[in-house]
Amino acid sequence: MRVALFITCIGDAVTPEVGRATVAVLERLGHEVSFPAEQTCCGQMHINSGYRAEADRLGERFMEVFDGCEVIVSPSSSCVGTMRELHPALRGRLFELSELLVHKLGVTDVGASFPHSVVYHPTCHSLRVTNVGDAPLQLLRAVAGLELVELPDARECCGFGGTFAIKNADTSTAMVIDKCAAIVSTGASVVTAVDSSCLLQIGGRLSREGAEVRTMHLAEILAHAASG
Amino acid sequence: MSGARGGPQPGDGAMNAAMRPFPAAAGEALRDTRLRANLAGATHTIREKRNRVVAEVPDWPQLREAGRAIKVEVLAHLDTYLEAFEQAVTDAGGHVHWAPDAAAANQVVLDVARAHQVSEIVKVKSLTTDEIGLNDALAAGGVHAIETDLAELILQLDGDWSSHILVPAIHLNRTEIRDLFRATIADPSLGDDPRELAEASRRYLRERFLTARMAVSGANFGVADSGTVCVVESEGNGRMCTTLPPVLVTILGIEKLVPTFGDLEVFLQLLPRSSTGERMNPYTSLWTGVTPGDGPQEFHVVLLDGGRTRVLADQVGRQALHCIRCSACLNVCPVYSRTGGHAYGSIYPGPIGAILTPQLYGIEAAPTLPFASSLCGACYEVCPVMIDIPSVLLHLREKAVAAGAKPGERLAMKAVSWIFGGRRRFAAAARLGRLGQRPLVRRGRIVRLPAPLAAWTRTRDLRPLSSESFRDWWERRR
Ligand code: SF4
Repeated sequence: MRVALFITCIGDAVTPEVGRATVAVLERLGHEVSFPAEQTCCGQMHINSGYRAEADRLGERFMEVFDGCEVIVSPSSSCVGTMRELHPALRGRLFELSELLVHKLGVTDVGASFPHSVVYHPTCHSLRVTNVGDAPLQLLRAVAGLELVELPDARECCGFGGTFAIKNADTSTAMVIDKCAAIVSTGASVVTAVDSSCLLQIGGRLSREGAEVRTMHLAEILAHAASG
Repeated sequence: MSGARGGPQPGDGAMNAAMRPFPAAAGEALRDTRLRANLAGATHTIREKRNRVVAEVPDWPQLREAGRAIKVEVLAHLDTYLEAFEQAVTDAGGHVHWAPDAAAANQVVLDVARAHQVSEIVKVKSLTTDEIGLNDALAAGGVHAIETDLAELILQLDGDWSSHILVPAIHLNRTEIRDLFRATIADPSLGDDPRELAEASRRYLRERFLTARMAVSGANFGVADSGTVCVVESEGNGRMCTTLPPVLVTILGIEKLVPTFGDLEVFLQLLPRSSTGERMNPYTSLWTGVTPGDGPQEFHVVLLDGGRTRVLADQVGRQALHCIRCSACLNVCPVYSRTGGHAYGSIYPGPIGAILTPQLYGIEAAPTLPFASSLCGACYEVCPVMIDIPSVLLHLREKAVAAGAKPGERLAMKAVSWIFGGRRRFAAAARLGRLGQRPLVRRGRIVRLPAPLAAWTRTRDLRPLSSESFRDWWERRR
């Protein structure tokens, strides 16, 4: 299958390893990945901050750039969910990575191997907007050697929320402190999720606390093959 | 006493002046460790109870959909339903008053009290009366109001104001309440056992119920076709208020109507499970006008607008008027459960407050409230009448920006959207960023940034921009 990749602004500039991993997983499964070069940002930051007109322009731009792409994938559940809500025409066309693999392609074992203990943080948008359900967990359970550890109060928000993390920094911090405490309490060595933005928040706090736990996007774990 | 009930009370105009920006008020609340502990314990307990009793209802999604549909119908034809309600109440021997605002509603109550030469009244279901600042208005007119909901009583004795819709004193623990009772209504031997505390309040209140000649209540529902008023409660003090005193005045927000008596069936299932996590609430009082020889012999209903028609005019925002005040959204909210209710600066706190307050009083009165959310969506998920709170928040954020965003922020957002408008601009900006961040990066992370990003780095490290963007890698690889 030919799949167009929407990398997202953060995925392009801050966490390119997530995009590289996404490409690796899809190609390993025999799919052809394309990257429409004109793409930039879906406009979610503007929508969430009250700048609707700007967001609408970026949304339109997205629709033009990906015009003609039958299947679009993105490693960011929150961008996917937002775009599908704003442009219902994208339903059945735009997928978050784990959704694409499990729900559309019917794959749970992507041939990955990752011999570490991992906790999964279900991000709010993946749970309640994009509705990926347990697709990420199905994929993680099929990874060779991976020990999946349960995260207490998993459904609690990490406190990112886009500009919320800045505008309401005290509250956002109180939330991420609790999230990190829950993660650290499990003793897992890696925390994973399907949103790089939330992982920046969690990872930023873990790093500040000097915690040993690493953050990794789900795609990175899935890209880890037995051969390395 | 009631003058000390000092929260920002929108109805008496105090709200504008008293309301602080949410981030500052929240910051202060977060530093109060005892408050944090009280809140975390209480909200988590109610959450679990709610989840348990909701899970046992197989047709919960259909019930929510039915609740939503009834509210949509009522709001679409509110004028018709209000007139039907007025007719039915009048036919049943009650008096209906139309109050465009808080002052008008308060005046009705004061006039009734004066007509009966009453100087003390008992009150129950006080959320709406708190909204209009009734206690202060009555006090100014020489009438003393006594709260009879246990938690409301506690707050009144403490000169404090509600921080939760359903558990108004959620921010206090029982030791604090014991000390308060010792200082006011009980003797110094009182212990902090919940039963003892309840007993002390009971002794105090019984006396008041038996002597009061007038009561004021809020209400949960008004039935348009029968004129019936419904109060749902746990303690039974509401039943006392609405049956013992010979004169009763009920303040009803105009959005609280349901079309028919049968519609109550839906809400009486949705409400207790969502609010207290009970299958059924202990007391549901229903009365229709006046029944000779039984209960109050004079009954008034005050239909309160108080900004509601303004909310109704907004196609996106009007769903806030579906709210049945169950408070489930407060209990699950990751913001509310840490900051508590006072930070919201209004008697309507939490997610529902964040969308109701700026609509009732205008976005200028509460421009920071729509931003007091991480948009996690937990509120929408539990709301028994399916209010899409995150969408309304976004809608109100748009209004807040239009009403006056900080010039610096507006400029930055415009600049970013311009950069995102073309891939060359975006790539160039990323290159510039990589150069600019160089002096800031220490061992692969940024620990200090200038304002406004300092708000991030004060408590969290930041990952720098990557040395090679994804698109550069893609180009190189081809
Ligand atoms: S908004 Fe919904 S969940 Fe919140 S108090 Fe109202 S009815 Fe309950």
